[in-house]
Amino acid sequence: MSTLTTDIAAGFDVARIREDFPVLKQTIHGKPLVYLDNAATAQKPHAVIDAIVKFLSVDCANIHRGVHELSQRSTAAYEETRTKMKRFLNARSKNELIFVRGTTEGINLVASSWGHKNVREGDEIVVSAMEHHSNIVPWQMLCEAAGAKLRVIPIDDRGELIVEEYARLLNPRTKMVAVTHVSNALGTINPIKEIVAMAHRVGALALVDGAQAAPHLKVDVQALDADFYALSGHKMVGPTGIGILYGKSKLLNAMPPYQGGGDMIKTVTFEKTTYADLPYKFEAGTPNIAGGIGLGAAADYLTHIGLDQIAAYEHELLLYGTQALEQIPGLRMIGTAREKAAVLSFVIDGIHPHDIGTVLDRMGIAVRTGHHCAQPVMDRFGVPATTRASLAFYNTTREIDALVAGLHKVKEVFS
Amino acid sequence: MVDDLYQETILDHSKHPRNCHVLGGANHHAEGYNPLCGDKLKLYLKMKDNVVEDASFVGSGCAISTASASLMTESLKGLKREEALKLLERFHDLLTTDSPVTKELGKLVVFCGVRDYPARVKCATLAWHTLKSALENKEEPVTTE
Repeated sequence: MSTLTTDIAAGFDVARIREDFPVLKQTIHGKPLVYLDNAATAQKPHAVIDAIVKFLSVDCANIHRGVHELSQRSTAAYEETRTKMKRFLNARSKNELIFVRGTTEGINLVASSWGHKNVREGDEIVVSAMEHHSNIVPWQMLCEAAGAKLRVIPIDDRGELIVEEYARLLNPRTKMVAVTHVSNALGTINPIKEIVAMAHRVGALALVDGAQAAPHLKVDVQALDADFYALSGHKMVGPTGIGILYGKSKLLNAMPPYQGGGDMIKTVTFEKTTYADLPYKFEAGTPNIAGGIGLGAAADYLTHIGLDQIAAYEHELLLYGTQALEQIPGLRMIGTAREKAAVLSFVIDGIHPHDIGTVLDRMGIAVRTGHHCAQPVMDRFGVPATTRASLAFYNTTREIDALVAGLHKVKEVFS
Repeated sequence: MVDDLYQETILDHSKHPRNCHVLGGANHHAEGYNPLCGDKLKLYLKMKDNVVEDASFVGSGCAISTASASLMTESLKGLKREEALKLLERFHDLLTTDSPVTKELGKLVVFCGVRDYPARVKCATLAWHTLKSALENKEEPVTTE
């Protein structure tokens, strides 16, 4: 069980790729680090670290301000990321890309700016039962303020959206459908193109939470026809504190600013302020410049390896890992969707995930335990928490073997 | 490897928790919740003349939190209210400081390994947070956050 089957996966030089990630070369509690918490945050390659170090040590200045050399360099490097992310997501224009702190802020921006302008009493917002809290709570807050209703697309026992139920929820009062592209807790890949098209048929908009999709599959916002698409840099081997909100320009143009301040204005007097054009209207204050530059390097790095290659290799890892874990007596996978990213979320009879996580940690294996900021998913499957191993393209079948050995040790301790 | 944390007594109490049932005639009770891991606990006390006559709990949690609730309910019986609160303080010090282990802790010393696992301290203290709340007869569930 140690070979991978497809040509792409077999030709994927994971040993060389691992050389790009300095963090992987360490031991934890005397064991080689096995990092399987990629859905929480991905590790960073030299290319990203070096880009940030170069900015901070050579090019550091504020952007969009000075006429001096350093300011021009930093502005160029930061804005270059917008162009790179436009290509990465296949947006029509770089002005449709707003820098935000991460997916959470991107969703809050839309819920706050678009929501308060467009959502009225009696309107409806649709989310799914597999959403991360960040794609539930902002909409709940909006609904509470506007007197609107939050409706939830149910999921089945595999962790797939029930599309027929979704169809029944849609009606002329539906104003927004906010759904995740890939579930962080279950790994489910949702049929986003279909979900968006169905929303559009009743005149609703669609926002896609792309936090878990961007690092693992090729995203084309035009092909999906998403109205908004939000992602986080740190899930896609970039730094924390930086992300992108994509929005169709006609929608962004019609929305009021999210925050007021410097950089988002054309003119300011005490009588009246006129706002900057896109994308700057939504970018008040000095942003995370180093993070933005790191994100550009991350997009380049993933593009260089190839999202299709990454997806194929990770799929092989998923199959290998699923088969290996299912051999463990008493283990139940949570999330068995037919279309699935490389997330292995599971429970073991009689053993709490926190105890599993602690024993694995002592063996150098990093997994996430808990509710994964998706408490409604836990309720749906009737478990308080799960253990989640989430894989990335730098993981190996040997690391999955180490996880399996670790779980046998867990069973030995608690049997 | 993890023997320092999962000592024999802890494993025993997690697999076979003592006093794990609803307590008839309880006159103090409280709920505890750890939002980080979803652990929930209900604690019941039967107090008479300022003394804990009986204590029990129900709930779901990890080995550390279950064993902690089990051993706590055992330790509480016969203690005056003030003595129970004092024990809580000692237990908290055991988990969070380098203070020397005192003999009042009795069997509870098995939790001394927890101080080396900061992420697990809240698992061990959930029952004790709930105890404080029960002694004060608070209505709202207490959380570890």
